[in-house]
Amino acid sequence: MHQFLQQVFSGVAAGAIYASVALALVMIYRATDLVNFAQGEMAMFSTYIAWTLVNAEVPFWAAYLITLVVSFVGGMVIERVLIRPVENAPVLAAVVVTIGLLLIFNSMAGWIYSYTVQDFPSPFPDRPLFGALMTTRDLGVIAVTLAMLVLLFVFFRFTATGLAMRAAAQNPDSARLCGIRVGRMLAIGWGLAAAIGATAGIMVAPVLFLDPNMMGGVLIYAFAGALLGGITSPVGAVVGGLIVGITENLVGTYLIASQLKLTVAFALIILVLVFRPNGLFGTAIVRRV
Amino acid sequence: MEGRITAIAPGGPAADRYAGLSFTAWRWIGTLALIAFAAILPFRLSNYHVFELTMVMIYAIAVLGLNILTGYNGQISLGHGAFFAAGAYTAAILMHRYGVPYWATLAPAALICFVLGVLFGLPALRFEGPYLALVTLAMALATPQLLKYFDTWTGGQQGINLAKPMPPPWLAGLGLERDRWLYFVAFVVLLLAIRVAANMLHGRTGRALVAIRDQPIAAAAMGIHTARYKTLAFGTSTLFTGVAGALAAIVVGYVSPEGYSLFLSVSFLVGSAVGGIATIGGAIVGGLFIQFVPNLANDISDAAPWALYGLAMLLFMYAMPRGVVGSLGPLINRAMQRIQQHRAAFDTSAEE
Amino acid sequence: MAPILELRAVKAFYGQSEVVHGIDVAVEEGGMTVLLGANGAGKTTTLRAICGLVKREGEILFAGKRLDRRTTEAIAGLGVAHVPEGRGTFVGLTVEENLRLGGYTRRSAAHENIQRMYGYFPILAQRRRQQAGALSGGEQQMLAIARALMMAPRLLVLDEPSFGLAPRIVEDIFTIIERIRREEKVSVLLVEQNASLALELADHAYLLETGYIVTSGSAKALADDPQIRRSYLGY
Repeated sequence: MHQFLQQVFSGVAAGAIYASVALALVMIYRATDLVNFAQGEMAMFSTYIAWTLVNAEVPFWAAYLITLVVSFVGGMVIERVLIRPVENAPVLAAVVVTIGLLLIFNSMAGWIYSYTVQDFPSPFPDRPLFGALMTTRDLGVIAVTLAMLVLLFVFFRFTATGLAMRAAAQNPDSARLCGIRVGRMLAIGWGLAAAIGATAGIMVAPVLFLDPNMMGGVLIYAFAGALLGGITSPVGAVVGGLIVGITENLVGTYLIASQLKLTVAFALIILVLVFRPNGLFGTAIVRRV
Repeated sequence: MEGRITAIAPGGPAADRYAGLSFTAWRWIGTLALIAFAAILPFRLSNYHVFELTMVMIYAIAVLGLNILTGYNGQISLGHGAFFAAGAYTAAILMHRYGVPYWATLAPAALICFVLGVLFGLPALRFEGPYLALVTLAMALATPQLLKYFDTWTGGQQGINLAKPMPPPWLAGLGLERDRWLYFVAFVVLLLAIRVAANMLHGRTGRALVAIRDQPIAAAAMGIHTARYKTLAFGTSTLFTGVAGALAAIVVGYVSPEGYSLFLSVSFLVGSAVGGIATIGGAIVGGLFIQFVPNLANDISDAAPWALYGLAMLLFMYAMPRGVVGSLGPLINRAMQRIQQHRAAFDTSAEE
Repeated sequence: MAPILELRAVKAFYGQSEVVHGIDVAVEEGGMTVLLGANGAGKTTTLRAICGLVKREGEILFAGKRLDRRTTEAIAGLGVAHVPEGRGTFVGLTVEENLRLGGYTRRSAAHENIQRMYGYFPILAQRRRQQAGALSGGEQQMLAIARALMMAPRLLVLDEPSFGLAPRIVEDIFTIIERIRREEKVSVLLVEQNASLALELADHAYLLETGYIVTSGSAKALADDPQIRRSYLGY
């Protein structure tokens, strides 16, 4: 029983990271109707920027803030320059562009920083809690994820820009008629997603160690989590991410054939989707005929 | 000019003849010329280049399968590598364990992959857009794991080694050694695949599939049995990719789980997009892209070749978002229309 | 009085096809001008051209500024409020959020403006926290107009406000529009299929047929014209 709880809790910690990346995916999907397959690699690249700063003796929190700003701006620039040309093109073209971006970021990181695995400091101490059920670091990660969710909620609900972004995503023409610069809203959406991704990467690096392929597996689970929760729902992203994390951990522990961990985990997720084809909190895509 | 109807494709014998032959006749000549060119090519190239071109054709067949699903049906699949693997391992196991001759493995591979496609198509029908992407992604991820797990059949991590087939003795005099012979085998299968795809897609089935893609609710209201056509599309698509996989196993002479990773599925998708999803010619462009661009990227840059590959993807999508054939096709059509319009006007005024 | 809005030889496109073939229209400042015509005449496309939502050619002048070179957002910022065909409400957002969005370019005065809108449309005040998609057709039309007014516009452009509404609601809406014109001192450009009601209220009228202006003049003159009465007014 103790082992079961332990696995559940560490699954929650892993799930919190999936949830963060899933949040970023949902944000971009709501703004531009697009799954950003490069989200993980962008997060990884941001983490390398943070790592460079930390190595240059910049204090951790300052490095984090600078990375956030750089990632935000970087995300905006990517939307404006690299994504906008295919925003009105067929969906597959945009998908291929994000896949291309994934390859570019991964390769560039390997080229600039090499493939040597690096250490990365964590702002949270790693002490056991609740009789070794989880660590303070796990708690820190969960707290950060929830904090991001709350901040996003407040931003979208109570600020003018947040409202304008929701409007631009729902009905771009009507938003323009209100004087909202829809293009800028999309760019801000990507910037926010990049900042969220950077945060996720910085939380992953102490655990998985920093190397260019750090986020590959994370992205896949985050994608599953986002869809499980409903690709249009931020709350769903968090819930989905947590469920995926717990499932992954439990399957890994209790499944005899450990080589099949990914297969079984995904099979379970898809089983749920069979009964809820739009995810747990997702709304069906209503099409007017 | 009073009372004349100027049509885009004018009737009248003089207007649609070009140097004495009709447009259709020119198309036949062009196609035959291409086939002849492709048939002579292997005799002029080194064995390695012939092998590369054979792989191009094999990838073209695989991408053609994906085109049937994605282009004409609007469903994005991230999992076709799984069916490529299924075909490859079917051929490999039949040849290795049961001594089946290589040419006899194609039909079973096709059948098994068709059945698998129908089986997966049925539940996949519930999902749309990114959800379907996830389901097919799961297939792609599961494939290497399952291949390693069932190692008594698949040879596990080591994979299966196959003897590369020799050309049949009754063709001995033609100077066909192994690589060239396999080139022609692949070539014949490609031509067959194109023929089947064209028949299917330009006929009733194709129109139904396009209807389902563009206006699913209207299509259902018109009596098109949506579920049946979508499942058929899935099964046919996986059949093509499975045959390609079988061919690849035969040509390369080796199968192992590493060769059928997520990257393969993604490559097929990218090849499909670059060529043009709803086209047949685009599949060949896609095959060329998949085979040659990564190698080219490697030649140009040792340090970050995949960055160049990714950059190539971006540039192709910006320049031709509907793919090479998808973008050039309409351009050529419009040029043809304008030529015909000019000729009609010219002939009309000449008659007065 | 100089016209607040002038169209000179304006062409408008639906996709790549030209559907409006070089028209001249003028809206007097403080007045109400109506564009009449049957379905497919090009009325909506004309309005969309003014706001930059479709491809257009020709000169479009608003208070001396060229609209034909500006983006939709910029045009809205200049004081042109467009209530599109089908209302264009943000159905997933609440009534009050819709109004706040209308006031996006005038956020400092947003609170008083919202109160004033509730004054014109008390029913909206009652439903302020409801999702806009749950409102009836008439209420959504009121919300759409209120949202446009939140921009404190100089020109209000209305595309078929009577569409899909019961006659009694239509009368209410038109009464409100007339009241708004007087109290807010906005000029109004109206597109309508309900010709008789529109001609009662408007000062000037244009008749559009397959992309061409076939008749124009004072609203009274058009209402008295026997041919128009037969084709568009039904008597």
